[in-house]
Amino acid sequence: MSVTKTFATSRRVLRQLSHDPRTVAMLFIVPPVLLTIMKYVFDGVPKVFDGIAPMLLGTFPMVMMFLITSIGTLRERTSGTLDRLMTMPISKLDFMLGYAIAFSLLGFLQALVSSFVMIHFLGVDVAGGELATIVGAVSAAFLGTALGLFTSAFARSEFQAVQFMPAFIFPQLLICGLFIARDQMAQPLQWLANVMPLTYSVDALQQITHHSSWTSDLTRDLIVVVAVGIGVLILGSVTIRRQE
Amino acid sequence: METAIKIKNLSVTLDGSFRALKDISVDLPVGQAIGFIGPSGAGKTTLIRSIVGRQRLTAGSIEIFGLPAGSVQLRNQMSYMTQGLSVYPDLTVKENLKYFATMMGQPKKQIKAIVDEVLESVDMTDKADALVSNLSGGQKQRVSLSVALIGSPKLMVLDEPTIGLDPVLRDSLWKLFNKLTAKGTTLLVSSHSMDEAERCDDLVLIRDGRLIAHNTPDELKNITGTKTIEESFLSLVGDEE
Repeated sequence: MSVTKTFATSRRVLRQLSHDPRTVAMLFIVPPVLLTIMKYVFDGVPKVFDGIAPMLLGTFPMVMMFLITSIGTLRERTSGTLDRLMTMPISKLDFMLGYAIAFSLLGFLQALVSSFVMIHFLGVDVAGGELATIVGAVSAAFLGTALGLFTSAFARSEFQAVQFMPAFIFPQLLICGLFIARDQMAQPLQWLANVMPLTYSVDALQQITHHSSWTSDLTRDLIVVVAVGIGVLILGSVTIRRQE
Repeated sequence: METAIKIKNLSVTLDGSFRALKDISVDLPVGQAIGFIGPSGAGKTTLIRSIVGRQRLTAGSIEIFGLPAGSVQLRNQMSYMTQGLSVYPDLTVKENLKYFATMMGQPKKQIKAIVDEVLESVDMTDKADALVSNLSGGQKQRVSLSVALIGSPKLMVLDEPTIGLDPVLRDSLWKLFNKLTAKGTTLLVSSHSMDEAERCDDLVLIRDGRLIAHNTPDELKNITGTKTIEESFLSLVGDEE
């Protein structure tokens, strides 16, 4: 593994995006716009919005980074750049971590914008403060990137890659506690939710919303999210094979 | 003659049933332009992928400079230009080259000089700051080739490097190839075009996953009593059937 090559890969990925200003604009504008829409959807019950807005902040980076990473890696595969890289003196982790760092950074910037809008313009009260909110969102971005790198190995086409979003992420969204408190769900779904990483991202942001101090649950949540992310990255370096 | 690549009883089966390569054995010399010639679908790309270590071998072995194909030690001695674009369309020419030079492990201080040098070799200096996606097909091809030149590898494996290029450009690339082999670089070039074959020093004719001949262009024409490689190919295929 080489730090130089890992960071060169992050820089390269970010530079690719910088040549695509529309994608960058959407990354930063879509989440705050969606949050604003949600605020007015819950116009009659503002308390509900205050509860779910921070959780949404944990799901946006996960969903978006998952999608961009899946498509990005699939493009590397189909264009031949991955073939080329895999014959070069690099470690697969240089490639994977390069992506993870680039998109976590992007997730960080996205969270910065979204949480600023949420707290200062939409008036959502987050007991744990802005910094903790961003930490929660960045961990979700990292997880989304790792999952995207992993699953893209199984996609043969862009159509399949895009479908992995509803297949892998939607079920997690449904049962993560965003729609209804998890203890109100059928028991088997609660069990399922307990082993899904997004549950812990969302729980982390719930902890941050309700507690002004750092809780042990929050520590557990973040450890789970980051550990699953690292685990999936390692799995991904197995699924992205040098020899096919 | 010194051997660069030693292929012994190589067979590759793709997707569990398609026999892409069938029992190929051949020794390829150092410092020559070796052409893998055959119709599309003959197995050229599979053979190339096997040599660069991207393809798992079903049977047999490949040794490159005495090391098994895919060895870690080979990775900074060879380069691979795939049939696809294999550069990033949403980066500029220079950004692509800098990135790949870094990944090839070139020292940071030398990267600028290396980038300038390889761009010069493919005559793309004036397009250094253009986005690859805005270039013409032939220009993209040359950018991709320039990446393969980084670090002056001992072995360059080029899958259809001159496909779709105009004759003038193709001629200038062959001049570059000849310069490289004169310096001792071993060049592996695949092509489905028979007139390309005339320019190689050494030819490997492939059809239907099988090696049908390995010889110099002149010898091939002598043996088959033909005037062009295309005729030799047809005559060899006719003998087989």
